Amino acid sequence: MYKIVDRATVGLNLELYEVEAPRIAKSRQCGQFAIVRPFDHSERIPLTIAAVDKDKGTITFIAQIVGKTTREMSTLNVGDYMCDVAGPLGHPSEIIKYPQVESGKDPVVVVVGGGLGTAVVYPQAVALKESGNTIVSIVGARSKELLLMTDKLGEVSREVICTTNDGSAGRQGFVTEALKDLIEELKGKGSVVAVYTAGPVIMMKAVCDVTRPYGIKTIVSLNPIMVDGTGMCGGCRVTINGETKFACVDGPEFDGHSVDFDELMARLSTYRDKEQEKLKSYEHKHECRMFKQLDENGNK
Amino acid sequence: MAELTKKERVAIPAQQMPERPGNERNKDFKEVNLGLSQEQAVLEASRCLQCKNPPCVSDCPVSVNIPEFIRLISERKFIEAALLIRRDNSLPAITGRVCPQEKQCQSRCLRGKIDSSVAIGWLERFAADYLAAAQAAGEVSAETMAAKSDAIKVAVVGSGPAGLACAGELARMGYAVTVFEAFHKAGGVLVYGIPEFRLPNDIVEREVQQLKSNGVVFETNVIVGRTVKIHELMEEEHFKAVFIANGAGLPSFMGITGENLKGVYSANEYLTRSNLMGAFDRNSDTPITAGKKVCVVGGGNTAMDAVRTSIRLGSEQSHLVYRRDLAQMPARIEEVHHAEQEGVIFDLLTSPIEILADENGWVSGIKCVKMQLKEADASGRQGVTQIPNSEFIIECDQVIMAIGIKANPLLTAATPELNLNAKGYIQTDATGMTSIPGVFAGGDIVRGAATVILAMGDGKKTAESMNNWLSANA
Repeated sequence: MYKIVDRATVGLNLELYEVEAPRIAKSRQCGQFAIVRPFDHSERIPLTIAAVDKDKGTITFIAQIVGKTTREMSTLNVGDYMCDVAGPLGHPSEIIKYPQVESGKDPVVVVVGGGLGTAVVYPQAVALKESGNTIVSIVGARSKELLLMTDKLGEVSREVICTTNDGSAGRQGFVTEALKDLIEELKGKGSVVAVYTAGPVIMMKAVCDVTRPYGIKTIVSLNPIMVDGTGMCGGCRVTINGETKFACVDGPEFDGHSVDFDELMARLSTYRDKEQEKLKSYEHKHECRMFKQLDENGNK
Repeated sequence: MAELTKKERVAIPAQQMPERPGNERNKDFKEVNLGLSQEQAVLEASRCLQCKNPPCVSDCPVSVNIPEFIRLISERKFIEAALLIRRDNSLPAITGRVCPQEKQCQSRCLRGKIDSSVAIGWLERFAADYLAAAQAAGEVSAETMAAKSDAIKVAVVGSGPAGLACAGELARMGYAVTVFEAFHKAGGVLVYGIPEFRLPNDIVEREVQQLKSNGVVFETNVIVGRTVKIHELMEEEHFKAVFIANGAGLPSFMGITGENLKGVYSANEYLTRSNLMGAFDRNSDTPITAGKKVCVVGGGNTAMDAVRTSIRLGSEQSHLVYRRDLAQMPARIEEVHHAEQEGVIFDLLTSPIEILADENGWVSGIKCVKMQLKEADASGRQGVTQIPNSEFIIECDQVIMAIGIKANPLLTAATPELNLNAKGYIQTDATGMTSIPGVFAGGDIVRGAATVILAMGDGKKTAESMNNWLSANA
């Protein structure tokens, strides 16, 4: 059992959990994920470890409420326990000091986070900064309430660019437009040498489409469906350069220009109907219980 | 019962395992075989000829004293029989259900030359279940042991059959044993792979509880190689020896077009969702796709488990697509029979060459070719060749690949000091020790995909070696 020591709602349907898991806190490296099973009846869900505190022996992750398991998990509070937390899984991120490409000018590494993907690129930005890189962060979301960790990214970035689809915060539009402008702007001023991105698959695909013509190295963090996270089930297979790889043991980060995103998107939709059904029936039951309670209270 | 004459023994007919009818059991996940009654067990045991040099024992990977336990059953000494088996085989309720007896102990049973072999597996299961029931009813006290506080610490990586057998032996020798399991539940392939209808998880749980009462500690959610490394276990956590038994566990695919379509599973994923995560129950939070027309590719026990699971999940048609013929199938004969009874359609000498998709990216069929058997090679194995122009399509909405597993590189890649063979399996010496002193290995991660009992045999033998090594070095 894994005790929850901190808990916060950090955005619309974005829930943060800090959990005691000393073994994972000790061994985790940036880019790795954990498999969480909040209750004994829950499915296993992979979640990127956003931060660890080795002294306290805790790990922090952020989950977006999208299905029954994440909804039910959000009922847990500080002092409650998660049933299972296993990890760290996957390869660590490739963190290096990127060399200059224009003499005398600092090259720029850009991290692009979309929605919950910001929790994935944040630790990358920290690690890249620690390795001596200059970071610019681009954070995108549908609207203001979904923008995540912009302050924290500000601590390690030369600049944080926010974009929202509805214009409720930052620049209106998509991260890709901001990225393209930035690449153009930094030509001759150090240049963008690498892009690390995580978020919705469609966004990562679009980011790769932007960087491809410039030949900029682009690392994506993939989030396919998985069960065990140790290579055992093969459910997370993705096609990289025409070859099947398992995201859990070969990834989760890959060269974005080699990924078959369309296949990934298709595979991610495998259980969509079932998941919606589960969520609906859970929320229905939950509401009924709430009404019943209200009723009982009313009768008192 | 008075001592029987040989003539009287020979006159006793082979007993039949009571089983639930095919068209009843294929709708749920309850166990197929119901177990012999006491009377049947005594009769079946009385068929044993009590050979002086029993060939059955030499064909058993853990050398169970078969004639003796069978004699005890024939004398109605059921508990004594079970305790005798347990001396050599720590998991008899499991092996009695899943061992390929017809290829091992029963294959050379002399009774088989007269009519049919003694049903050693069924008798083993009977004795083990009898003991468990007696223990549960409090008629027999359960064995309990506790490791001494100064006992030497030994780690076991993986809680499948090899790990459980090794842990049991080491605990009995007085070591403080911790078993590390990557999943949230102990049992390895016994709980994620083998379905309820063949091996109920409760039986595995019973064995795990038995080990716990013998002082074995289980730590789940620990992926050795990631959560903690082998050298950390030894240097920081003071385990004096380690047994690696993490299984093979990396599913193979055929490498044909369409394998990543929606509706294509590895048997590992399909069975893990159903068995470990309980997706066979509609109320489970873990989803599974229940195909209407399902094709399972392969001919081993895993393929049988998958195809029979698909029937229970409500398929209208479940096909088993296998490139060789029935006679070459590696699955246990009993599983093949059960699959036939439950309505599985066998497409033999058939090999898929492409998986086809509908307009939404879901599987719509598999394109196959017909195969023919070649002359047997020197090793006696018959290869197959494609029959030209024999392409045809089996329409289906789900494909499950059960064509074998490869070495999982997760632990070995994190432990570069381990010598591996060309296929990525761990190399050991005759005692089971790897290239790292004090680190031993066994089961599928050494021998490649094999059987529960061979893995258990490795666990048992390696526990001996570890004891010898620790006596000299710790």
